[in-house]
Amino acid sequence: MTNVSLYYRRRRVNAIATGLCWVAAAFGLSWLLLILGALVFEGARGLSLDVFREMTPPPGSNGGLANAIAGSLVMSVIGVAVGTPLGMLAGTYMAEYGRFSKFTSVVRFINDILLSAPSIVIGLFVYTVMVARMGHFSAIAGAMSLAMLVIPVVLRTTEDMLLLVPSSLREAAAALGAPRAHMIRNVAYRAAKSGMITGVLLAVARVSGETAPLLFTALNNQFWSSDLNAPMASLPAVIFQFALSPYKDWQQLAWTGALLVTAAVLTLSIAARALSSQRTKK
Amino acid sequence: MNAPTAIAGDAKVSIRDLEFFYGATRALKNISLTLRTNKVTAFIGPSGCGKSTLLRVLNRMYDLYPGQRAVGEVLLDGENVLDPDVDVNLLRARVGMVFQKPTPFPMSIYENIAFGVRLYEKMSKSAMDVRVEEALRGAALWEEVKDKLHTSGLGLSGGQQQRLCIARSVAVQPEVILFDEPCSALDPISTAKVEELIEELAERYTIAIVTHNMQQAVRVSDYTAFMYLGELIEFGETDQVFTTPREKKTQDYITGRFG
Repeated sequence: MTNVSLYYRRRRVNAIATGLCWVAAAFGLSWLLLILGALVFEGARGLSLDVFREMTPPPGSNGGLANAIAGSLVMSVIGVAVGTPLGMLAGTYMAEYGRFSKFTSVVRFINDILLSAPSIVIGLFVYTVMVARMGHFSAIAGAMSLAMLVIPVVLRTTEDMLLLVPSSLREAAAALGAPRAHMIRNVAYRAAKSGMITGVLLAVARVSGETAPLLFTALNNQFWSSDLNAPMASLPAVIFQFALSPYKDWQQLAWTGALLVTAAVLTLSIAARALSSQRTKK
Repeated sequence: MNAPTAIAGDAKVSIRDLEFFYGATRALKNISLTLRTNKVTAFIGPSGCGKSTLLRVLNRMYDLYPGQRAVGEVLLDGENVLDPDVDVNLLRARVGMVFQKPTPFPMSIYENIAFGVRLYEKMSKSAMDVRVEEALRGAALWEEVKDKLHTSGLGLSGGQQQRLCIARSVAVQPEVILFDEPCSALDPISTAKVEELIEELAERYTIAIVTHNMQQAVRVSDYTAFMYLGELIEFGETDQVFTTPREKKTQDYITGRFG
């Protein structure tokens, strides 16, 4: 006999639970929307060509964020350029050569710690080994601290993506007489390509918003500087400084900078996602 | 390349007292048999009997994994391929392998074949075109793919992919080709095509094939080895093994009483 009341009860419980899920999701998303909304509302007001053309101004005069944007780009590019090959090579070693070794599991464990280490710790570390010894803040120290944030992300995704390449593909290449290095470069990398690129994009997205490690290393600079051996401005550092200032025009520039950083990170994340979904469709 | 003096029926690969270990587990016990030039030798037996393991010894595929080792002798034209001094890459260029599941590389059909050729031969674009066409014709795939050589090999059907893999193996001009259950993932029509192909390939290559399908062994092979629990129970001409098996275990297996 069908017990209808039991069924109706289950339906009621289901409706309540689903409702609670909706409330929770709406609660979470509303903050995100509020943040983004505030950012666009406050930041867009200050958007103009001058933002990209002018240097960061002293309080009370007109200016832009050109030196900060350029500094962010320079340090991110160097950081990614240094960190990506290291992470990829290490990840390749772990997935292809040292897959069965104890050493690999130790490195993986340490890398996971590095991956979740607060970035301020990385900043302090680079401060001690570079800034303190050189005697001054510098862009190169900033780039190195970003590189140290890039390495674990790229290493992890490279290893994960190569581990997803089926062994049968490796065996097939080996069966033709392909040396292992040749197989990795021409078969494994090709099969894992989009995943590995996604990893790099995620790493770029991560470092482009980092403030803490830069405050200890590259510091900041009111002026245009292309000297890697001198302090260099960056968007996050400028935002930090300007947002905490009592000057309205500085605060406005901080909002605009925050909008630019967010837009850049968002674009990269969407690109990474598009690439990886392309991968699963194939 | 086939030595011009090799005569069909000569010993090509001589396996002597071969033992194989996965860690401490002995997977092959005291195997001795001979693969003959331009003949097809089938390996049959229930799952886990060691037939694939034996095949993977012949091109030292097991070398890719730690903890696996072989003891004994596998003589390819008189040279022991288990010798640690043997260069496994050169060995594998001579002893090709086709796997259970098709394994096209993530590149174009043309590149799938050129990949192996380029490893050991430098040739002009036009010579490569010829080699690719020959290989695809040899694998009875040319007519189906000649208009889309530069599209991904992953876009082919399962049966076509498997023939692409055979073409890839043939293109590097090996001496021996090992087939590890090449039809188990294919439909009957593709299976028939691949079987036909194996018979044609036997005119030029020495072939070993592992199969779960006894009719297939009868259809394609000249010699059959029946293995059970890591031992070679019976080895002889295919007709003899299937019509008048000497061993009771062989009789039981081919009549479907176990396995």
